[in-house]
Amino acid sequence: MSALLSLRYWHRGGSIHPWTGFPVSHIAILNRFMHSAWMTDAILQSLRAIVGAANVLTSKEELLAYSFDGTAMLQQLPGVVVFAENAQQIGAILKHANAEKIPVVTRGSGTGLSGGSVPVPDCIVLCTVKMNRILQADPGNLTMLVEPGVITQAVDLEAHKHGLFYPPDPGSMKISTIGGNVAENSGGLRGLKYGVTRDYVLGLEVVLPTGEMLRFGTKCAKDVAGYSLKDVFVGSEGTLGVITQVLLKLVPRPKSKQTMVATFNSMTDAAETVSDIIAHKIIPCTLEFLDRTTIGCVENFAKVGLPLDVEALLLMETDGHPAVVEEETRQMIALARQHNAKEVRVAKDAAEGEKLATARRSAFSALARVAPTTILEDATVPRSELATMIRFVEEVAKKYRLKIGTFGHMGDGNLHPTFLTDERDHEEIERVHKAFTEIFDKAIALGGTITGEHGVGIAKKEFLPKMVGEVGMEVYWRLKTAFDPNGILNPGKILGGRRDH
Amino acid sequence: MESYLKHLDYSVVQQCMHCGMCLPTCPTYAATLKETSSPRGRIALMRAVADGKLEPNSPLFADEMYFCLGCLACMTACPAGVDYADLIEHARAEVERAGTLATPKRSLIRMLMLRWMFTSNARLKLLGWLLRFYEKSGLQWVVRRSGLLPKKLAELEALTPRIAPKFSEDLIAEREKPEGTVRYRVGMIPGCVQSLTFPDVNRDTVDCLLANGCEVFTPRGYACCGSLHGHNGELELSREMARRNIDLLPPGDFDAIIINAAGCGSHLKHYDRLLADDPRYADRAKEWSRKLKDVSEFLVEIGFRKPSSIQHPVSSIRLAYHEACHLCHGQKVSTQPKEILLAIPGVELVELPEATWCCGSAGIYNITQPDMSKQLLERKMKNIRFSGANLVASANPGCTIQLQAGGRLFGPEVEIVHPVTLLARAYRAG
Repeated sequence: MSALLSLRYWHRGGSIHPWTGFPVSHIAILNRFMHSAWMTDAILQSLRAIVGAANVLTSKEELLAYSFDGTAMLQQLPGVVVFAENAQQIGAILKHANAEKIPVVTRGSGTGLSGGSVPVPDCIVLCTVKMNRILQADPGNLTMLVEPGVITQAVDLEAHKHGLFYPPDPGSMKISTIGGNVAENSGGLRGLKYGVTRDYVLGLEVVLPTGEMLRFGTKCAKDVAGYSLKDVFVGSEGTLGVITQVLLKLVPRPKSKQTMVATFNSMTDAAETVSDIIAHKIIPCTLEFLDRTTIGCVENFAKVGLPLDVEALLLMETDGHPAVVEEETRQMIALARQHNAKEVRVAKDAAEGEKLATARRSAFSALARVAPTTILEDATVPRSELATMIRFVEEVAKKYRLKIGTFGHMGDGNLHPTFLTDERDHEEIERVHKAFTEIFDKAIALGGTITGEHGVGIAKKEFLPKMVGEVGMEVYWRLKTAFDPNGILNPGKILGGRRDH
Repeated sequence: MESYLKHLDYSVVQQCMHCGMCLPTCPTYAATLKETSSPRGRIALMRAVADGKLEPNSPLFADEMYFCLGCLACMTACPAGVDYADLIEHARAEVERAGTLATPKRSLIRMLMLRWMFTSNARLKLLGWLLRFYEKSGLQWVVRRSGLLPKKLAELEALTPRIAPKFSEDLIAEREKPEGTVRYRVGMIPGCVQSLTFPDVNRDTVDCLLANGCEVFTPRGYACCGSLHGHNGELELSREMARRNIDLLPPGDFDAIIINAAGCGSHLKHYDRLLADDPRYADRAKEWSRKLKDVSEFLVEIGFRKPSSIQHPVSSIRLAYHEACHLCHGQKVSTQPKEILLAIPGVELVELPEATWCCGSAGIYNITQPDMSKQLLERKMKNIRFSGANLVASANPGCTIQLQAGGRLFGPEVEIVHPVTLLARAYRAG
């Protein structure tokens, strides 16, 4: 029996993953860090004094539930999990951690896809989900002030009450927190027309490792006072400070929206449709594509009536003034037909449109239906190189004998090639790693980037030096040290391990 | 077999890729904001047990497995298709095997209820008679007025379902034939709680089936589907109940086997999985699962006859449909009951916010976890009040008992009916 078990649960206890530099095995690492040398009773006592005993989790079971985020194959037990309820508490926690040089990993709902909120050994996981108040909606200035634990969708629902719109809609918007979105600079399905989280952040309140509080940005559309620190913090993945308030920009809610689905017998036709739509000076709010494998998985889950016998599917959405929407819908249908679309289906109402978009948002998780482990990437290239990149991804998958599902944001060149594999098959995982290395190299060569919206975290830090070069890395380090001289904030993320001084 | 979770096919555990899509649909996560009390957190714990990295006798593991409502809302939300229902059953069996929660009192209650009471038709009827006597003799009145019961017991006592004056078997003949030609031959499962507390719903179910050309066979001596056992860590007993029921209603004899209780249906449909390793029953269990239908699912499938009018004490019916978890999440039957309700003349279906959010009944959850259950009930009643409904339809006896208690506790005190009851009334009127 035990031989069988060891076969079924084959883990290399404590081994280091060649790709991420992190221990591979689920939970095998637990034994190594079970009894933390760092997390002394004295430290736990101080944390309890700051946030109250109920907000400090220390049991093995609780730590286990906080040992991962949405990223495949990464798991690490933290030393302790702490829920903060206000900025003062965060200040006190950071001050204490800084003095004791305890790493702090900030976390919202833990849906990140690059390991940004995966704990590091013996760290404090600082969880912000209880700071979930919407502080002020200001329709006069088109802004909203929120705490970091507010759910992304709740921001838009609140905006909706005032006839306003918060466009960024990452796949996990029903549960992701706005703090996490800002820290990762999340994108979504509407990036092409509306941009990403960064474009909607006017200001932030952050706590630095010293415990000092800092506010920057205003409700003003124009504000050039000093360095734009908000732009440094957006996408900083919790490595510079902890966000305690976010001032968001809102836009008027589009009066009308139309959703369409076009299906094709070849990916090239789909890609050319997209290029042609843009060439006709139409900027739809959404231009998403799914390949055959992904269509099958999504339909299996969402049952929205997607055809299963096509090579590519485009989900297109245009929004704005009803007259414009009507005209653009007509044009997009015609363009899709010109490029050999098999079928173009127009959603009969907003509810059906929302259903189709929701189905698309489930693509990544739905791919898990066909393989035990799904490793998702988000290499991004300039739109004009998209067709080349898609072909390249297919070739690489073939070369390394890997099963792949690809989907993504065709309008903004943001691809999500997803390898369908099994983490227990170490030989295959090594091939996956090699394939990704080639894909990232190609993305860089085409003038693209290693990550369009998921962040570097742990999963892509190996590739960052290739992107930004030696000088770039050095400047990143100087910036990091300026805010966090002791390196306590999310160490090992973006920049890799501690720099040797 | 050394461990239920280890014995389980590892791919079931591995299916969860912890994306977090389940979190916003989980009532216990919403209440606590703690990952440990979320589906993906619980699966992480199960995986740790399966991997031998967490002792199965961990008290927190046991608590979390029973803090879960088993509402299966996470399964509806899960794009990856994780079979959480299977996982939680195995996890609870693991907890029971480890004996983590065992106390003499708990073991005695479990033995009495799971092994003795809910395995026998005769003993269930005895329970029904005793409760009926307690309610009718004035004893209940005395107990409630006296204030002698400790607070916790008094709260439990308040949930005692009203036992019907006649049981299902007194109202339904073993075999009933429709007028005219027989279109389908169906077997009907009367249920345990349903038989004692809502036998009228069974009568209504049979009437609706008869009205649609079905010959209905309702077996005598039926005890329980075994969901109570399966959901509470008694997998072996649950299998035994499944075998008995297959013998009682051989699936080969019927075009369909009908159930009107959502919780039972969700379990009955999985006899195939439950008995997959039983060489004697595996094939029949497969046929059973294929033929097992919720009554509304079946009626819509066969194109039920639309009623022409209705007589009802409430002149204008503003009806809210509360979706029982084990119907909408457990069986993915959601449009059919609404289709039936909409076919009834005079019914206006109003929107019930969070209609698919658990009411806190969840099997015996309202007994084992009264605090959380009450929170959920209060939330449900608020939504019912907000909907402006003067009648609520629900297709599960557990929900009905819970919502009735909710009306008394928080208001509004509206009638709770099964969709087939409304359909049967409409048939009788027209």
